[in-house]
Parts: sequence; C-alpha cells; structure tokens
Amino acid sequence: MPEQLAFTIEVFLNGLMAGVLYALVALGFVLIYKASGIFNYAQGVMALFAAMTLVGIQNGQVPFSHLINAILGTDVHHFGWHVHSAIAIVFTVAVMVLLAVCVQRFVFRHLVGQEPIILFMATIGLAYFLEGVADLMWGSEIKSLNVCATEGACLPQGLNMWIDETTYNAFGYGFFIDNLDIVASIVAIILVVGLVMFAQYTKQGRAMRAVADDHQAALSVGVSLNFIWILVWSLAGFVALVAGIMWGAKSGVQFSLSLIALKALPVLMLGGFTSIPGAIVGGLIIGVGEKLFEFLIGAPFLGGATENWFAYMLALLFLVFRPQGLFGEKIIERV
Amino acid sequence: MKYKLGTLAVAGLMAASPVMADLVFPSLSYRTGPYAAGGIPFADGYADYFTMLNARDGGIGGVMAKVIECETGYNTEKGVECYESTKGEGALVYQPLSTGITYQLIPKTTADNIPMHTMGYGRTSAANGKVFSHTFNYPANYWNGASGAINYLLSENGGDLKGKKVALVYHNSAYGKEPIRTLQELSAKHGFEFKEVPVDHPGQEQKSQWLQIRRDKPDYVIMYGWGVMNQVAVQEAANIRFPMENFIGIWWSGSENDVLAAGDKADGYKALTFHGVGDDFPVFDDIQKHVVDAGNAAGAGDQIGTVLYNRGLYAAMLAAEAAKTAQEIHGTADITPAMMRDGMENLEITEEKMAGLGMPNFGPSFSVSCDNHGGPGLIGMTQWDATAKEWKLISEFSETDMSVIQPLIDADSGAYASENNIEAGCK
Repeated sequence: MPEQLAFTIEVFLNGLMAGVLYALVALGFVLIYKASGIFNYAQGVMALFAAMTLVGIQNGQVPFSHLINAILGTDVHHFGWHVHSAIAIVFTVAVMVLLAVCVQRFVFRHLVGQEPIILFMATIGLAYFLEGVADLMWGSEIKSLNVCATEGACLPQGLNMWIDETTYNAFGYGFFIDNLDIVASIVAIILVVGLVMFAQYTKQGRAMRAVADDHQAALSVGVSLNFIWILVWSLAGFVALVAGIMWGAKSGVQFSLSLIALKALPVLMLGGFTSIPGAIVGGLIIGVGEKLFEFLIGAPFLGGATENWFAYMLALLFLVFRPQGLFGEKIIERV
Repeated sequence: MKYKLGTLAVAGLMAASPVMADLVFPSLSYRTGPYAAGGIPFADGYADYFTMLNARDGGIGGVMAKVIECETGYNTEKGVECYESTKGEGALVYQPLSTGITYQLIPKTTADNIPMHTMGYGRTSAANGKVFSHTFNYPANYWNGASGAINYLLSENGGDLKGKKVALVYHNSAYGKEPIRTLQELSAKHGFEFKEVPVDHPGQEQKSQWLQIRRDKPDYVIMYGWGVMNQVAVQEAANIRFPMENFIGIWWSGSENDVLAAGDKADGYKALTFHGVGDDFPVFDDIQKHVVDAGNAAGAGDQIGTVLYNRGLYAAMLAAEAAKTAQEIHGTADITPAMMRDGMENLEITEEKMAGLGMPNFGPSFSVSCDNHGGPGLIGMTQWDATAKEWKLISEFSETDMSVIQPLIDADSGAYASENNIEAGCK
C-alpha cells in the first residue's frame, strides 16, 4: 500500500474514533434539548462533576474536606478505603440522579413556560454553580482515573499492538488505534443502542418522547412533566459520566474537562439538536473531517492547528444549507 | 561580609525608627478555573515563604512582609484588575504568573514605577533592562529553555546533532511560539532538522499531532505546553510508544500534574528547570515548623516539595532577597517600589547566600544588572521517576547559547523600543 494512502487511512480511522468521543458529549445535549427544549450549557461541567465524583468515591475522599477542616479545625481528607470502580460508578450515577432531582426541583420547576433564552441563562448559572461545588467538594488537583476500560483490562492488553502488527503484515503498514478509543467506540455503541431501545420500548421512554413531541398533549394524557424532566436530566447525567470517564482517562480528571462541551457544539450544529443518531453521525463527520483537513491541508499548507476552527466552519456550512442539521426536525410554524 | 554589615546597618536603623508599614508583596494567583491545579501550589509556596520569614526572622530587615492575594483565574482582564486594585497598597513587586497579564502590565508598571518579576515566562526580550526598565525575568527565559534543551541533546549525542530530527509540540499561542525562532537558529547552527507541531488551545484532543509525530519519527520532541495539553501530550506520546527519555518539556510542562495522570507510562519523561526539585532542603524544615505546624500554611500543606510549590517558594525567596538588597542600598528598611526596583537590578544570588537560606544549590548562582534583567539563563534537566513518583534533577544548571539568544533579545527589545518611543539606557 502506498505510504501516503496508508497515512490517510490511519488518519481517517483515528478521526472516526475521535468523532465517537465528541458524540458522547453531544448526546447529553441532545437528550435534554429533545425533551425540554433547553440548551444545557452545563453539560460539559456535568461531565466534570460526574468524573470528579467518581474518582472521589473511588479514592475514599471526604467530600468538602477543605471546607470542613477550615470550619471545624479538623484534618480529615480520606475515609481510608478504596471503592471498586463498578460500585463507584453506581454511587456516581446515584449522585447524578440526585443532582437531576435538585436541578428540576430548585431551578426548572420554577421556570416552566419561560422563554428558551431564560432557560438557557439558567443553565449558564447552573454550570458556574456546579463548577464551584465540584471544586469545594473534591478539590482542584488533577486526579488520575483508573477504571478497567482505561487500563486496558476490559480489552485484551496490547490490542492496539496486535492491530499494528496484523495490519503491518497485511498491508505493509501498521495502523495505530488507541486502546481507549476502541473502548470508547464500544461504549458509545452500547449507549446509543440502549438509549434508543429505552426510548422505543419502555413506558418511561415513550412518555419521554411524548413530552418531546408536545408538552401540553403529554400532560393531558397524564404524563408527569416533573418526572420526565428528572428522568431526562438523570440520563444526561449518566451520559456525562460516560463522557467524563472517557475524556478524563486521557487527560486526568481536571477542570479543563468542562471545556469538552466546545467539541460538542459543531457536532450538534451538524447533526441537529434533537437526534441521537444525528449526534453520532455528526460526531463522526466532524472527527473525520477535522483530522483529514489537518492532515491533507492544515499541517502541510496552513501551519497546522486547524482542527478547532475547521470543525466550526464545517458545521457552519451545514447550517447554511440545512439549518436543522442533518437529522434534526424541520421547524414548521403555522400562523 | 559586606552583606552581613549591610544587614546589621539595616537592623540598627530599624531599632531607631518609628513603626513602619508592612512590605507588601501582591500575589496574582489562580486558585480557581481550568489552571487551578498549577496555580494553587505556586501561590502556596509564594505565601508560605513570607509567612516563614515573618515567623522565623521577624520579617525582612525587621519589617513584616504582607502578601496580598488577588484571584486572576488566569484571565488577563482579571489580572489587570488585580493590579489596579492592589497597586495602591504599596505593592513592591508584581509576579503576574501569566504571559498575557505580563504583556498588559509592562507599560503600566513602568508608568507607575513598580517593578515586575516574570520568572520563566512573559516577554523574553524583557531581559534587556535598558529597554524594559521595570520588568525582570531572571534567572531564565523561554529562549534559554530552548537552548538548554538543545545543549542537553548535544551532550547526549557527543556534541553532534547533524542528521537528527527535533520536533517542537507547542501550545498554539504567543507563549508556545516563543522558542520557534531560537530553535530555527539553533537548527541552522547545529544541523538538525526542526519541525513545528502546533496544538490548539486547550489541547484536549491531539490525535493529529501525535499521528504526525508517529509518521515523521523525530528523534526528540520538545514541548512548550500548558494545562491539560501537557497531560494529554504525555499520554499520547506513551500511546504511540515514543521513547519518554527523548521527550523534553519546558518548565511549564514539567510538574507532577503533567505526569501523574499517565501513570507508569510517563516514566523517563524529562523537563527543563531553573530551580531545585523535591523537599530535601533545610528550608522545608523551617516551613514545616514555622508555617505548617503553626497552622499558618496558605493551603492544606500537602503541596510542599512539589515542582510548582518550589517555584513559588523560589520566586518569594528572590523577591525577599531583592528587598534586602534594596534596604541595604538605600539604608532604610521601609522601602518603596522604586527602591525595590533598584534592589532587583542589583540582586546577586550566590551559592553561599542560598546555603545560608537553607536552599543549597536550589537554583543557579547569578547576578542582575541594568544590561541584563534576565540573568545568565542557566538551565537544568529533571526526569520523572514514575515508581518513586518524583522528579529528579539529572544535570547541573548549565549555560545556554547566548551567542544565539542575545541577538534575538536585542532585535526584539529594539523593535519594542522603537514602537514605543523608548530611549534605551540605564537609569
């Protein structure tokens, strides 16, 4: 295989993998927007909060320890135990559900019927509040995340080396694919299939779709809007946890995790704000598009570092020709 | 002896003087936001050193030191607000701890006659004190860093880098681009191939860059990164099995934060430094006794001996020594910012002085002058031991190639002088 073609294929494959990671973040936005029409600015911070909570529980860290020590003059930081990843994930999901209940009860319950821009502003406030709470609760230091997927224990060790060797023997060029990206892809597939099946085949899922289609009609047939909103925010919290684990495994769990939301925006613009498959396909197109552009044009002719702006430019192009995104619902307002 | 006599004179003056105001050292810190993990230990180290001086020595020359902390969140606008809100408190010297804030404060501090110390960051050509009268960047700057890395590689390769490939992975910002010109010049001088690999802020996704490195197979990678970019780069380098011992970060890419997330895979990664690492220095016993055990630590006391804590401590030590020098020059313990500037411009750090401070060989010996606000640019190399979870100094603090760096400093500072109608010269 010609070397340039092999490089291009390798970049394409890695673009697909990066796209899956972008899609994981975008999914949380889609879930909330679809059910409530709220663009959740806090989704990136939710990923940060979830990942910090997971690591905190895993490491037996005492929440708010700095605050407690400052007030009470104590010196407690750890409970002295280590919690298994699976159990820590269950506890973290419980915390995210609790967060969803609080968000619904103390914020959005009071904002029902308000303009979308008001709801959006509320999520901005929520983002900064959550960031502050996460800082107080778990501290600002960078924490390493150690769940089975990130250590390669959920996949045979050295899978990427096997891919490298096998493709080298077959094509004369060994392709590089990161173990973590393979895990992320598998997790994303399971997550999307699970979410779609939940929405299609469960009573709560159908109620969620009904609310997404028409709030008033759903209320008139006895669907509880409060419950659906809590459900949707809980699901978004779960998706945020998954995204937080995958991104946190790369960089460590730190405050920059909240910035991953920036990677989801072009995906949403491209895939549409209301479509779960749109988030996936949008993520893949953005991932592959930005990587190929960087490889073929950006690095050789423009000095590199083109990925950030290219993703937005690509999304903008789609917006011009298809404002609702690839899979979004076309908005028709009758007067 | 001269130093001791000066100190005695200041102490004598103190005894005969009325009660004086505190010596104010503002700390423009960032304990919140995406870079808090780096900002907290530096701010802790800076504050703890002055707390120790107050508790152990009764301040500096008999006057208590006062640290005024202002949160910038690593945001340039907030940093400027911090400067404006604290300069009236009698601030002696500013440490902006951000290249963006530094650029904004260069004209302001000059106009306000307050010195600024940008240790290992900021505008590199500020080393020319004839143009940048109030900005100091001793003991080393970004260009010294680039040259230090190449000198180290030269020593590793028997003095010959011909035919070698060196890639620079850098934060795509003014900071990250700082070493490019120096490395281009050094590439021409030593005959190595130089390749630039920019990474966009914040650097959470670097797949393209490391695939490019995997394809180009450079012999060495130098990194000028910051924040999350560092952790991701170390992880990605490990993923593509790039030899960690051939991967060298600048000092802002060389703290515990940057390597712990990658675990054992980060073992062998190297980083440049201009100060000591670890807590095996007598000064830390005093910090423990007078600050931590007394319950007066700026933080939780758990950062002592980390790279960035040590950097904050070192910055505080240099500020305190400059204040002492100013007191000696002007014969008063109650110094003004203008006097502090004189103290910084006449600062001399010797091995004997550092040993007396409980910091033997903690940093290079150097002296500052009007011509040279940047010091000699002596650079050391550290290496991460993932098993022991500690950085180790693996080289002496060595000279950098000033024959390449000085013309660049002269050209850049000359351009700044003509843009701003500054008449270069010593005051």
